This record gives sequence, C-alpha cells and structure tokens, in this order.
Amino acid sequence: MAGLELLSDQGFRIDGRRPHELRKIQCRLGVFNQADGSAYIEQGNTKVLAAVYGPHEIRGSRSKVLHDKVLVNCQYSMATFSTGERKRRPRGDRKSQEMTMHLQQTFDAAIQTSLYPRSQIDIFVEVLQSDGGNYCASVNASTLALIDAGIALRDYVCACSSSFVNDTPLTDINYLEESSGSPEIIAATLPKSEQIVFLEMNGRLHEDNLSRVTDMAVKGCKDIHDILDQVVRDHVSEVSTVHGWEN
Amino acid sequence: MLTSKTFVKKTKRGRIIKIVREHYLRDDITCGSESCQICDPFDFGQPLVAEPENKSRLCLTPHYIIPDTNVVLHQMDVMEDSSVQNVVILQTVLDEVRHRSSPGYKRLKSMLANPSKHFFTFCNEFNKNTYVERQKGESSNDRNDRAIREATSWYQDHLRSEGQSDLIIDVVLLTNDADNRRKAIQQGLKAFTVHEYVKSLENCGHLVDLLSQSQMSVHSQDRLMFPEHLPLSEIQRGIKAGRYFQGSFMASRENYLEANVSVHNKDEMVFIQGHMNQNRAVHSDVVAIEMLPEEEWSCPSSMVLEESSEKIVEDSMETEDEAIKRKKIPKELRQPTGRIVGIIKRNWRQYCGILRPSAVKEGTRHIVVPAEKKIPKIRIETRQAADLITQRIVVAIDNWPRNSRYPQGHFVRKLGNIGDKDTENEVLLLEHDVPHSNFSEAVLACLPKLPWIITDEDYKRRRDLRHIDICSVDPPGCTDIDDALHCRELENGNLEIGVHIADVSHFIRPGTAIDKEAAERGTTVYLTDRRIDMVPELLSSNLCSLRSNVERFAFSILWEMTHDADVVGTSFTKSVIKSKAAFTYAEAQMKIDDTAQNDSLTRSLRHLNRLAKILKQRRVDAGALTLASPEIRFHIDSETHEPIDVQAKQIMETNSMVEEFMLLANVASAKKTLEEFPDCACLRRHPAPPPSNFEPVIKAALSKGFNIDVSKGKALADSLQSAVVPSDPYFNTMLRIMTTRCMMQAVYFCSGMIPETEYFHYGLAAGIYTHFTSPIRRFSDIIVHRLLAVCIGADASYPSLTEKHKTQVVCNNLNYRHKMAQYAGRASVNLHTHIFFKNRTTNEEGYVLFVRQNALQVLIPKYGLEGTLYLSDGKTKSKPRFTYNEEANTQTCGSVTFHVFDQVIIELSIDQSNVQHLKLCLKLVKPEIPGFSVPAHSSEDSEPPKKKQKKGQTKK
Repeated sequence: MAGLELLSDQGFRIDGRRPHELRKIQCRLGVFNQADGSAYIEQGNTKVLAAVYGPHEIRGSRSKVLHDKVLVNCQYSMATFSTGERKRRPRGDRKSQEMTMHLQQTFDAAIQTSLYPRSQIDIFVEVLQSDGGNYCASVNASTLALIDAGIALRDYVCACSSSFVNDTPLTDINYLEESSGSPEIIAATLPKSEQIVFLEMNGRLHEDNLSRVTDMAVKGCKDIHDILDQVVRDHVSEVSTVHGWEN
Repeated sequence: MLTSKTFVKKTKRGRIIKIVREHYLRDDITCGSESCQICDPFDFGQPLVAEPENKSRLCLTPHYIIPDTNVVLHQMDVMEDSSVQNVVILQTVLDEVRHRSSPGYKRLKSMLANPSKHFFTFCNEFNKNTYVERQKGESSNDRNDRAIREATSWYQDHLRSEGQSDLIIDVVLLTNDADNRRKAIQQGLKAFTVHEYVKSLENCGHLVDLLSQSQMSVHSQDRLMFPEHLPLSEIQRGIKAGRYFQGSFMASRENYLEANVSVHNKDEMVFIQGHMNQNRAVHSDVVAIEMLPEEEWSCPSSMVLEESSEKIVEDSMETEDEAIKRKKIPKELRQPTGRIVGIIKRNWRQYCGILRPSAVKEGTRHIVVPAEKKIPKIRIETRQAADLITQRIVVAIDNWPRNSRYPQGHFVRKLGNIGDKDTENEVLLLEHDVPHSNFSEAVLACLPKLPWIITDEDYKRRRDLRHIDICSVDPPGCTDIDDALHCRELENGNLEIGVHIADVSHFIRPGTAIDKEAAERGTTVYLTDRRIDMVPELLSSNLCSLRSNVERFAFSILWEMTHDADVVGTSFTKSVIKSKAAFTYAEAQMKIDDTAQNDSLTRSLRHLNRLAKILKQRRVDAGALTLASPEIRFHIDSETHEPIDVQAKQIMETNSMVEEFMLLANVASAKKTLEEFPDCACLRRHPAPPPSNFEPVIKAALSKGFNIDVSKGKALADSLQSAVVPSDPYFNTMLRIMTTRCMMQAVYFCSGMIPETEYFHYGLAAGIYTHFTSPIRRFSDIIVHRLLAVCIGADASYPSLTEKHKTQVVCNNLNYRHKMAQYAGRASVNLHTHIFFKNRTTNEEGYVLFVRQNALQVLIPKYGLEGTLYLSDGKTKSKPRFTYNEEANTQTCGSVTFHVFDQVIIELSIDQSNVQHLKLCLKLVKPEIPGFSVPAHSSEDSEPPKKKQKKGQTKK
C-alpha cells in the first residue's frame, strides 16, 4: 500500500474522481434477441452482460418447484479474458458460486415472486471485463435485463460499493482501491423505499465509521438509480417510436 | 463535468502484464489564483495572492513560480525560505517528489500546508487542458517535463485570457535541465535556472547561500579517487545472488576510519575500515557491501582516533589507509570485514556544525565541522564566512563526488553564537531530532477552557476517592506529578493500596491535533535546565498534574493486599482524587523515620514502605537486576542559569518505594490489557542480551577474582550481589555500571506483532510489562490508559486503537523518540559539565573503567562522569612509553601498571583550544609517573585554566 496514495490532499482519487463521484456508466437494454430480456452495462472499465429467461416452467427436477412463488435461478461467470492475467475460470469455482448465491438472494428480495408461482426465472450474468465492483455491475445489469424482460419488480435494485480511506468514505471503488486492503462495503438497495436488500462487508472497519460508509454506498445506489431510470425511459420511448405507440 | 479517458500502462511485477486504468479528466480544477475570475472558487490549500511580489530582475512583472521536480528536490532549503512565495506545485512534480524521496515529500507537504507561503498544488494531471499522454518512444521523464511545460503554458494563457483582471500575472518556470529550458523558451515561456533566478532576486542575498551546490566544480587532487558506486540494478542482482549484502552503515564515534554495517537478517556486524572501503557512505545510509577475503579481515583498533584539525592531513587519505593495512592482525581477533560497493539509500538530514577557520579569508569555499562526530566534514560555499565563523550553523549535504575527500553541501541557517547556552541547547535538540517548536494553534485549541471545573456528570461517571488520604512523592521541583499513592487499613484486616495516575487520556482525545502532536513527540525530554513537554504546560503542570489539595481526575488501580504483600484482588477505575500532600523523596523519608509523627499519611507511608521492601525482595528473588548508572544533579544559579555545583544523585528508600508500586501498577495493567486485547496491547519488552555482550564484565571481574555467571538473569543478579570487595565499596557499583552497558534497549511493541515467548522483560524479570504510570510525559502510557479504559468500559474504543499495525508504527516512533530523548538528556548533562568546569581545575578521585590501547576510560564518582585519559598519541616520542597488554588488559609504564578498577587521582579541567568541542581534559595526578603525571593541586577550584602544554594530548 506504500506506493499508492488512494486519496490525495487535494481530494482526488487515483483516477481523478472526487470521493463521492461514480465512475462513468453506460448501458443498453435489449442487446440480445433470443433472451426474454437482456442488458449490457459499463461502469468504468467493468463491463457486464446480463440475460434473463422466463418466467417459464421449471426445468429439470420437479422437486425444485415452489408452490407459492417463482424460483429465481442465477448463474454468474467471468470471462477468461476479463482480467489482466488470462485465467481459466470454470463456472464452478468458489468465488463464482458465492456471487451466484448473492445475486439469487438479492433478486429473491426484489422480484415480486408471488406473481409467478410454480415457475422459474433465469438470470445469466457474464463479466466481460473486470475492474472492481463486479457484484454491483452484475446487479445493475440484471435489473435492467429484468425490466427489459418485463418482470414485475418491487423497485429497481441498484448496487454500489464504498470504501474508507484517510477518514473519508469513497464511493464506487475500482479494482485498485478494492485491492489496496482498505475496507469495502457493498450494498444493494431499493432506492425509492431506501431499503437495503443486500449488504456485504470485507476487511476491518471500526463501527464508528460504519454508518458513514454505508450511507455513502446507499447514496451511490441512488445516483445509479437516476442514471438507470433515465436509460430505461429513453429506451422505452425509443422502442415506442419504432412501434409507433405514442399515437 | 466528467470527461473520461482511459490510458494503457504496462508495468512489471515479476512478469509483464497489461494494466488498464481509467483516468478522468476534469474541467473543474482551479488555478488557485486569487485574482482569477474564471475558475471556480478553490476548496483546498492556500491560494496564490492576487498581486504577487517576487522582485526579480529577470522578470519584472508580478509572477508565480513553477519549479520542476529536480528544483523542488534539490533546492528544498531555498523553497522553504520565507521569502519564496506564490509557487505553483504541479501534481506531476508532487508525485515525482513522492516517489523519489519521502523526507522531501514530507517537507514539501508541510510547505503546502503553511498559510504564509502561498504554495498551491495544481492538479494538472486531472485537468483536461493540461493532461499530456505519453508518446511512443518517449521516456516517462520526458513526458513529465512536457507535462510541466504544458501546465506552465496553460497558466500563462489562462492568466492573460479574457475576463481576467487588468493586472497581468506571469508565470516563471524554474528548471535546471538545459533541454527542458530550451524547449520551454521555444514555446514562448519564461524559463530560468534556479541559480539564475535566485541571483536575480532583490534583497535575497541570503538565498544564494541556500542554493544546493549540485553542480559545484570540485577543485581537488585528482588522485583522490573513491571507487565508483555500483548502479542499483547491479546491486539488486548481487544481493539476490548472495554476492552483496544490504545493511545500514554506522560510523564509529571514536575512530573516523572505522565503521560497522548491521546487515539485515544477520546478527553479526560487518566491520568496515578505511576511507576507500567506506567509500563515501555517511552514517545511517543504507548500503550494499561485499565481504573481503578472510585474510584481509581486520578488527577495530582500540585506538581512540579523531580527525585532527590540521590542514596537512588533507591529502593523506591513501597513506592513512595504507597505515592501517600494514598492521598485522592476529587471526583470533579478526572480525568479518567488508567494503562498500554501492549506496542503496542516502539518509542525509541537516547537520549542525561550525565553520572551520580557513586559511584564505576571502574565499567562498569552507569546511564545516559537524557537531556529531560520526558525520564527516562538509564542504560548503558561502559568502558570509566572516559572519558565520562565530556561529553554530545548520548545513545540508548535497552530494559526494568521487574525487572529493569530503561531501559537498550548502548552508541552511544559523542558530546563534558558539558557546551561548541557548544556541548549544538548540544544537543539542536538533542533533537528537527532538521536536521542540512551540505548540501550534491547532494543538492549543484542543485544550480545555479555563477555569476548568468538574461537572456533576464527571462525578457520576467516576469513583469518588476525594476523602482518602492520598499523597504524591516526587523529586524536588517536579511540577508534572503523574502519580500518587495511598494505603489504608480495611475492616477485614487487609490493606488497600491505591496507585493513582493522572488521567491524561481524558484531555487528549484520539484523533485530535493534540493527540497527533503528542504521538509525534512521544516523550517529554528533560534537559538539565529545560523541559520540552510532550503536552502543553496547561495540562502537564496544571490540569493533569496531581497537585496537593486540588481535585484532579485520575486513573486508579486499587489492590487489596494482606500484610505480607499478597494481592487478594485488583480493580481499575477512573476516579476523582484530592491529594493531601506533595512530598519530595526526602520529606517522605523524614516522615517515615520520624517516630514522633503518627498521622494517617505517615502511617500509610510506613505501610507502603514496608510492603515495597517485601515486593522488592520478591522481585530480586525472581532474578530482577539492580543496575547502576552514574547520575548527577546540577545546582543551577537562579540568575545566571549557570551550574554552580554538581553532585551525584541521592537514592533513598522512598525512591524505591514509589518505584515498586509503579512496577506493580505497570505489570497489573499489562496483564489486564493483554487479557482483553491479545492482539493490540501496547507492551514493553527487554530482550536478554547475548552472552557475548558480557565479556568485558566477566573479564574485569575475573581480574579481581570474581566469577560472573551470565547464563540467566537470576544467576547474574546473584553473582553481582556476591562480588563485593570490603576494602573497595565502589567496586560493586562499578561492576553494575559495566553490566548496565551490556544490556539491550528495552522497547515498546504491539502484542500481536511478535510471538508470546518474546514478551519477557529481562531487567525486571517480569513476564510482561508496560508503561502505565507516567502519561504526562510518555505517549505509550496514554495508549495503555485508553486500552485499559476500554477494558473497564469507561471509554469507547476507536478505530486505530485496535489496529495492531498502526499501534506498532506508533511504538516504533516511541522507541526512536525515547532513545533520542535519553541521548539528548545525556548530552545536556555533558554540556553543563563543560560549563561547570570552564573556570575550574580540580583534583578528583577516579576509577579506571576500561583500559584501551592508547587511553584509560576513567569514571569519577563524585560527578558521575566519565572521561578519557590519553596515554600517548603515537607521535610524541619524549613522553614515557606505556605498554599495552591486550591479554591482561593492562597498561604498564615503568613500575606502574593500570588495571581495570584501579583507583587514580585525576586533574579535571576544560580544554578551550577548540571552541567547537569544549573538551573535558583529564590529567593524571596519582600514581605519579615522571614526565606524565601533573603535580597535585592545593586549592580545589577557581583557578584560571592553565595554558595547554601539549597539543593533542588532551582530548575527550
């Protein structure tokens, strides 16, 4: 950590952002035709593709059927070329499995599951390029894909990470900040109701600072929500123009 | 407001990988000028003033200065001068400085923070107008130079652009790189070298001296050639291959031709001898060494050698080296010897010294003799020599070319007249790196407002111990009273003992300016006539000090003990106390001894004294060492502040009484904090010294027929106890003094950082130990207080308290400060000794402590001081010859033989021939040796110092 000054005295982070600034977000809905819903998101150099199938009948063993709600099935994977060093990443590795579980929990909480009993929704997430905040980008991409698929959600699910350096909370941290050993908080929220659906913390953080760092992450989620919402509106108006719905 | 741009970077980390990082370019970065109408108002740092006044003949318009990296790094002293203002430090420059020199970066940062300097950091790397991308084939240095030019050019345009006020402000680029300057001028910028610019300034003559002389030509004999240093890459390869070793260079204080290198991960020191082998290394540099073949190994001569001040020696560097080589060294004495092949890191700081009078009065080249003997003389260039010759000055080393005998440096500032006590104190503090400036506004703002009152809230949260008869026992004149004691009889027949420590952590809250300052200072430094406080005086001498008959906050440890000093129970609590009396050691002793007195305070003191004796006996039985070191007290004249009398410190029973209970409290708090925080307790350990350290003691004791067993602490304590010569009561003390010198330094550490087996405190024979009892003067105690407060739920924890790495960093600083404070204290005593003996010549009884090849080390118990009695300087033939017997460790001349522990009579006076180092000069009176000893003095003091008869004989 010696060689890196994560936050300069002038208040800039390594990549030139201020502590409260997000990375640049670019996203698109409906990138695939075969899937029921799909989305692509870039948060800085982190690039994620998400595809949603369903709701459809349960595939495979019948025993998985839930009678009162839908089964959310996630699959997270990272492309072999997603990091600086090329690595084989079979889908079954520990990290991906954990990430898959986390996504599942998050969307179980956000999808209006009781509307689709005895059926299944598949969410496939592929990280094309990784530069920190993989989980956040995956959640944001999945949200857009679910919206694209027309699945009923309680609200957008937006995720954002934050860290704590030199007594200052940083939002939306990149890989460099993530790997510096400073603490990391990842939050996924329903921005309108300000409910946290998922919260994870890595590293050591004193409890006095916990609320400040969490607030920063939640604030980041809200900012992301504004961006996603705008993209969705643009997309809808574009699609409606093509179909001539506005008349 | 975000423009995003990514750039590609290739770095090597073992193998080559490609790293892609984002780099956001912004349009909201301010130029920092107060006159600017375009930029957003600045939100950090010190703004550049609207009408800068830099009067230079080269640039007549008002202007801001933009220095490049090398200028900042090498001309730090010019930059720090208060007349240099309105400087733009580019981010490129700041980053480069950070990578290249961390002390330089620290200094630059403090300049940036100084509101009167008007230094401004311009983040040119994040500004979309000034960012430059590295071109193909361009080195990163060239890119940075281009970035600096680009930023300068932007400033020039920006400050002239439309919408700015009428006053046109220029920018001046300072760079010593000819190529950079040429390109800048081509671009239409104003660019000068620092030297040109500084010389062109009006009324800034003093700045010229501050200029670093990196390009100063060397006029020296060409045959003086040091071997070339290897490049860093070569060194690293060599270290990996095991050909070279990395270590820190430690010059010898006694002999300038000798040095040691403590190789990392190796126990043994590597010995370095001679100019060529030392190869321009300066004390505390990190160096790479190569071992010499075994037949060239050498050993430290027991000569005490000082570079003589005569000019003749100047060019005899090689002959000196030759002289060393000629000597044959017996095989068994040889030590691993090496030579320096390269410098890994220079650790140069600023050095205090004085100008050596030079032969050419009007010349500008001079030699500075540093006060620290481990540092070589430094060549500087100055025009104010006539003015500086009577002054103590601070200089910095710039470089050391191969063909120069001495390193080259430049003048930084003057401290004051030589011999002036304030100046000498200043030198002492600077040389020991003691932070002694006044407390800053930010620190003083943390102090509680007066009148300070205890609120009901406070009473509720603390245990009320005001009704108990508590008293403090301290040395006379003590105003920072950290500890107080009490003892009372309980109803069940047991005794309650209380140790009450000033609750400093109540006032010094973590994370505040005062906390940071105290952590930095680490300890209060006691000089003979001055105290440099760790915390401001309001706390140290008033609010925290447990003075008598006032209510004070305390952190109390209460024990229930039986009359046999067995602890039944221990409790810790924050409390309010009201001390009934503040005794000196002597007063307390008198109270105990005076059978007529029988009040409750006296009774409790008697109880305490009795229990302390039992505790002490227990400790001694467990193997604790009783060591001795000569300590003296000066009686200072209240008006002239000159010392008027010296005496060795008196130790009374009450000293040891207080000490015992402090030890008990320290051990108790160590146990408690370690139990609660096994990973981050702040403890103190004292490693057992390696047996080889004891060799001189064993040898010395054997000469008197005593066997010293050093296998265990307990065995050592016992054999010291039994080594008594009835006819010579001072023998045992001497032995203990010698043993003290064999010990290792006790250090603070964080419990999570080293294995549990190493927690041991050797000297006290305690399993674990810490410092709890002096929070007013030691920062370690404040940490322990905070930990303990968390343990008992009296205070909240905070983030860095529970981080072991941070605690260890604090501990390392404390260890360093603690050591430096000790050295500074000793140096101060030395200084006063010199002042005391300035106009005196006395005869005193002394004892031989060590026998060396050309000298005797003599201890004078009355003043607790130690001096060197030179027997020969190797040159003068006329004097009687002494024969040195290395085996028996004796010096013989005729019928007289000197052994260790021998009693001698010594004449003490001050050698005033050299103003730089006033030296205590010892001459032998008894036993008489014709032609060497001097006649005894009849009267004891106040004789004018004698004219020196023999040059070179009398040196300390």
